[in-house]
Amino acid sequence: MLIPFFYMLREGGMNTSITELLTLLEAMKRGVAGTSVDDFYYLARATLVKDESQLDRFDRIFAAYFRGVEDSLGDLFEELPEDWLLKQAELLLSEEERARIEALGGFEELMKALRERLEEQDERHEGGSKWIGTAGTSPFGAYGYNPEGVRIGQHGSRHRSAVKVWDRREYRNLDDSVELGTRNIKVALRRLRKFAREGAADQLDLEDTIDKTARNAGLLDIRMVPERHNAVKVLLCLDIGGSMDDHVRICEELFSAASSEFKHLEYFYFHNFIYESLWKDNRRRHSERVPTLDITHKYGADYKLIFIGDATMSPYEIVYAGGSVEHWNEEPGAVWIKRLLNTYHKAIWLNPEPRERWDFTPSIKLTREIMDDRMFPLTISGLDDGIKALH
Amino acid sequence: MSAVRTETNGTEMTDTRFTGTSTYVATDDLMLAVNAAVTLERPILVKGEPGTGKTQLAVEVANALGKPLFEWHIKSTTKAQQGLYEYDAVARLRDSQLGDERVHDIANYIQKGKIWEAFASDDQPVLLIDEIDKADIEFPNDLLRELDRMEFYVYETQRLVAAKHRPIIVITSNNEKELPDAFLRRCFFHYIKFPDQDTMARIVDVHYPDLKKNLLREALNAFYKVREVPGLKKKPSTSELLDWIKLLVAEDIPPEVLRSDDKRKAIPPLYGALLKNEQDVHLFERLVFLDRGAGHQ
Repeated sequence: MLIPFFYMLREGGMNTSITELLTLLEAMKRGVAGTSVDDFYYLARATLVKDESQLDRFDRIFAAYFRGVEDSLGDLFEELPEDWLLKQAELLLSEEERARIEALGGFEELMKALRERLEEQDERHEGGSKWIGTAGTSPFGAYGYNPEGVRIGQHGSRHRSAVKVWDRREYRNLDDSVELGTRNIKVALRRLRKFAREGAADQLDLEDTIDKTARNAGLLDIRMVPERHNAVKVLLCLDIGGSMDDHVRICEELFSAASSEFKHLEYFYFHNFIYESLWKDNRRRHSERVPTLDITHKYGADYKLIFIGDATMSPYEIVYAGGSVEHWNEEPGAVWIKRLLNTYHKAIWLNPEPRERWDFTPSIKLTREIMDDRMFPLTISGLDDGIKALH
Repeated sequence: MSAVRTETNGTEMTDTRFTGTSTYVATDDLMLAVNAAVTLERPILVKGEPGTGKTQLAVEVANALGKPLFEWHIKSTTKAQQGLYEYDAVARLRDSQLGDERVHDIANYIQKGKIWEAFASDDQPVLLIDEIDKADIEFPNDLLRELDRMEFYVYETQRLVAAKHRPIIVITSNNEKELPDAFLRRCFFHYIKFPDQDTMARIVDVHYPDLKKNLLREALNAFYKVREVPGLKKKPSTSELLDWIKLLVAEDIPPEVLRSDDKRKAIPPLYGALLKNEQDVHLFERLVFLDRGAGHQ
């Protein structure tokens, strides 16, 4: 029962579990879905999908699996008035077919068999079994017509075609395999959190209090501890201007996500590569610069360092003194970034350029070498890997 | 102490079905998800854009089915244990110092949480666990057994508390954190998508039944146009629309004003109710201004 559908879901990349399948079967057994295909779809969706980003995928698989089923089985389970059934069948059968039916035991017999079969299906459905699974088993195919031909239950188009519901694909824009939204970034960055007790002692330390009170011969000795706070410290260096303009939006999102995530977050901007100074306000980048050495002196080695930049430039800008496009640098950028890396051992570089292009851009290869391969694409999975490298 | 051993009355089939209420419009798929959760007595997890009525759902389910409602609002510091019970050790310590008689019964210092209250309810209750994603990442995992078996153990008094009636549990999430798989597998899931214009008309109708038809139509058109403005940080949602219509009615704005065929009047009146973000307001004004410039040429 529904097992092929279950496997199809899993093959389609959904991590539906057996528990969920059993829940669905139980719900069907208890008659939650009633008799319409729409309701079955809603029930299956509520049971098997647990994340809105998977809804679109589910809709597509559902449509692929059940395509055609709803036409032949649409309203099969409605009460069928026998007279109506007979009349319809008579209307639809040609003389020749009638003759064949007679040969098979007469029209009455056939109708009886049809009814039995329908009832059987109804019971099976009640029992939570295979009313959908029997997709192709039109029981009367051999006799030259099938329930679809008789159009069981399909008086008029009263029943809204169910397939439309999942074929509308309303959840397409929630699929997360493409979009890197602020929310996704937040979730990824959250893995970086590390809790520690710092600051004012304002929580009762129960165990310590009991321990101290006992040692104090029962005289109350209340001990307090600071509350747990996220103690991760991050230095964020963002490339800005030039080739990064295409990626500004994505970086802004990352930045807005990051700023609410950590208690200690310091950010600096650079252009193309790190040199002797960085800046905090892009509008005053030429007047208010912070010497890179001051940064290493001010922020301790427990900070984690994250560069965000496309590292796409002329290799001269990295390896030669005076290579910078904006000013005369006394020492090459590679020296400055190594100074930073010597202070901050936990460091990664996030690159918004697609990974396929990394090998064809010499400056990216160079930067990766300097970073000891700790360069990750600016996607959710890349961010995940990067966060792991920071731990 | 009402912590007595009770048999879970779990198999009793509810024949009441949730079909929306006079103040809440439920779509077919939402109704089905709720009814599945009610029938199978499993939690239902509701997600969706802010302002689409996630929290309201629990209130309305309780109203519609005539069941008591227990609300547990989650904060970033909420621990799973607080939903069950808390042991006030400090009060007991203090009483012991003062020689209070109460100190001898530890049960005096056990404070019931929302889950316990719901478990102890004489009628089958509706339990709302609001914004579960606000709590720590491990929070849902800590509730697995309690939500599954609908019972928990009070270590201090050595008692097992089981639900008199398995509560209908509605859990809402704003997606700030991913919820653990093991937890998700035990829930039904429903994503409240943003209502289409027809559903929205029904929703507004339920809240303002006397609203003039043409005002409603114009207001909805203007509203969906604002939602389509690219780059808005926070798109206006159902609750903002309802607020806005309330203002329109209060100010007695004629429907013609809302029609934006005339470029010069393209800014809907009182749009402050729709846009809550300063940057969005600026963006919107700028776009309308550009539009107006184009209209003149």
